[in-house]
Amino acid sequence: MAAAPAGFWSSTRFRGVLYQVMVVAAVVALGGWLVHNTLVNLEIRGIATGFGFLAREAGFGISESWISYSPADSYARALVVGLLNTMVVSAIGIVLATVLGTVVGVARLSGNWLVGKLATLYVEALRNVPLLLQLFVWYGVLTALPGARQALHPLPGIFLSNRGLVIPSLDWSQGWLPAMEIPRLVGFNFIGGLTLSPEFAALLAGLTIYTAAFIAEIVRAGILAVPKGQTEAALSLGLSRGQILRLVVLPQALRVIIPPLTSQYLNIAKNSPLAIAIGYPDLVAVSNTAINQTGQAVEGVALVMAVFLGLSLTLSALMNWYNKRVALVTR
Amino acid sequence: MTSPSQPIIELRDVNKWFGAFHVLKDVTLEVAKGERVVVCGPSGSGKSTMIRCINRLEEHQGGRIVVDGVELADDVKAIEAVRRRVGMVFQSFNLFPHLTVLENLTLAPVRVAGVAPKDAEATAMALLERVRIPEQAGKFPGQLSGGQQQRVAIARALCLKPAVMLFDEPTSALDPEMVGEVLDVMSGLAAEGMTMICVTHEMGFARAVADTMVFMDEGRIVEVAPPAQFFDHPANERTKRFLGKIIGH
Ligand SMILES: Nc1ncnc2c1ncn2[C@@H]1O[C@H](COP(=O)(O)OP(=O)(O)OP(=O)(O)O)[C@@H](O)[C@H]1O
Ligand SMILES: [Mg+2]
Repeated sequence: MAAAPAGFWSSTRFRGVLYQVMVVAAVVALGGWLVHNTLVNLEIRGIATGFGFLAREAGFGISESWISYSPADSYARALVVGLLNTMVVSAIGIVLATVLGTVVGVARLSGNWLVGKLATLYVEALRNVPLLLQLFVWYGVLTALPGARQALHPLPGIFLSNRGLVIPSLDWSQGWLPAMEIPRLVGFNFIGGLTLSPEFAALLAGLTIYTAAFIAEIVRAGILAVPKGQTEAALSLGLSRGQILRLVVLPQALRVIIPPLTSQYLNIAKNSPLAIAIGYPDLVAVSNTAINQTGQAVEGVALVMAVFLGLSLTLSALMNWYNKRVALVTR
Repeated sequence: MTSPSQPIIELRDVNKWFGAFHVLKDVTLEVAKGERVVVCGPSGSGKSTMIRCINRLEEHQGGRIVVDGVELADDVKAIEAVRRRVGMVFQSFNLFPHLTVLENLTLAPVRVAGVAPKDAEATAMALLERVRIPEQAGKFPGQLSGGQQQRVAIARALCLKPAVMLFDEPTSALDPEMVGEVLDVMSGLAAEGMTMICVTHEMGFARAVADTMVFMDEGRIVEVAPPAQFFDHPANERTKRFLGKIIGH
């Protein structure tokens, strides 16, 4: 199949390769120019490139941390503190948003008129207001709460005040089984339990409540995608409505729910840097301080981007694996 | 519970509307224990709606429906109790695709009737023997042929040991070569004395198995007769026309 020269130039195969080569060349050229430009500018301003700064003393405090930290620790440790803060708020947000979103999504399909309308109101109101504004609202609400002595006490062991949210914690030091540690108010302070700062609580509430509105729609669509015959078959066997939802409909709806749910989970992680607006020390907030002090903007931002990429890809991979597991077996 | 002389299913002057559309008009029907009833009629005449009212997949608006001594009304517990006594087989099988064949059969006994899983599995395997596909117990519905799926669906409907079986065009969605295997299973059930109401256009099956033929048209029961009389000397003009079309000349 020897093509004539003219035919060769116009062949789709050749053209396909040519276009790809052109795109790659353009991307490489653009990237090279950006790197060169940056290096020249850094040299002019006398900033040394590289990640050496990570080992230096950070010199700034961080208001909350899951590991021990002091300003004498390194920048690396400060960034780890921020990363843990990001991961904790994202992980808890994902769990709570899933639970709340599922409840609201099911409620939207409820036969009960009032329940259905309230769920619709929730979805429409919350997903149409910018998350940043919602964070300000939650932060405002939480910091306007009464002081510790007049703390709201909605459930045993739970206190809500302008100090934040105090909840029971688990004490693993006593051996095999954890003991529940119930917080108590002594004087002006809470003893025992786990204290969540108003910043953390506001960010968690904002991320959870906002994302749950999207998850509710995803869950609703997933449920509607399950054929009506499935519910009818289950009804005809005498299963109750709750059992049908749990045992028949939701397991099948998962197939439809998981791919868009994955992107909502990623959104929670990717929206968490809005923390900076209310002063929660997440990874981005900490790295911002580090960048301001060291001037290593390129390295700092690259590091944060790499971490977020890594988190997102890991989460995606987990969800894909789970999606494969719940896929239906057919011929 | 009902005494032998009482009907196990009783529909009296049942009326139902879908919005403004009057789908069931003064439907009255009695089915005795062990009786095999075949319902036929043109598309849209209300056959499915009628049998779906019997296990309350549809709600009737006028008249009474009494199943195995329980009147169908708003009481959810009574409705669930009736559903446990009435098995239903659908045109589109409606097996649970995320569960194995065995799990499809044990779901209701374990979750609804509180049977121990081991016992439920033993019963399920016996039922799969009866519909002649015990070797498929571990497979998922999507891996079976249509005929096999419908036989699993029949076994599933039997797993709570119902007093009555409802069939809504169980062979209409099947390739022709698979119709026979499903009808065989149904004939077997009939021979064992199961009370059955069958919506079907399989007239050979109807003639062989039915005690009573019911013909519906435009939401009314037009004719009720034993098969011999129904097929050979239908009383009603509409029945004659319908049979002429469906049996063909
Ligand atoms: N949920 C519904 N809402 C509105 N109309 C309905 C509904 N279900 C059925 N109908 C209408 O009621 C009429 C009777 O329906 P039904 O399914 O009982 O008929 P059928 O005798 O079973 O017909 P076929 O032989 O096609 O299955 C039809 O005209 C149908 O369009
Ligand atoms: Mg029908």
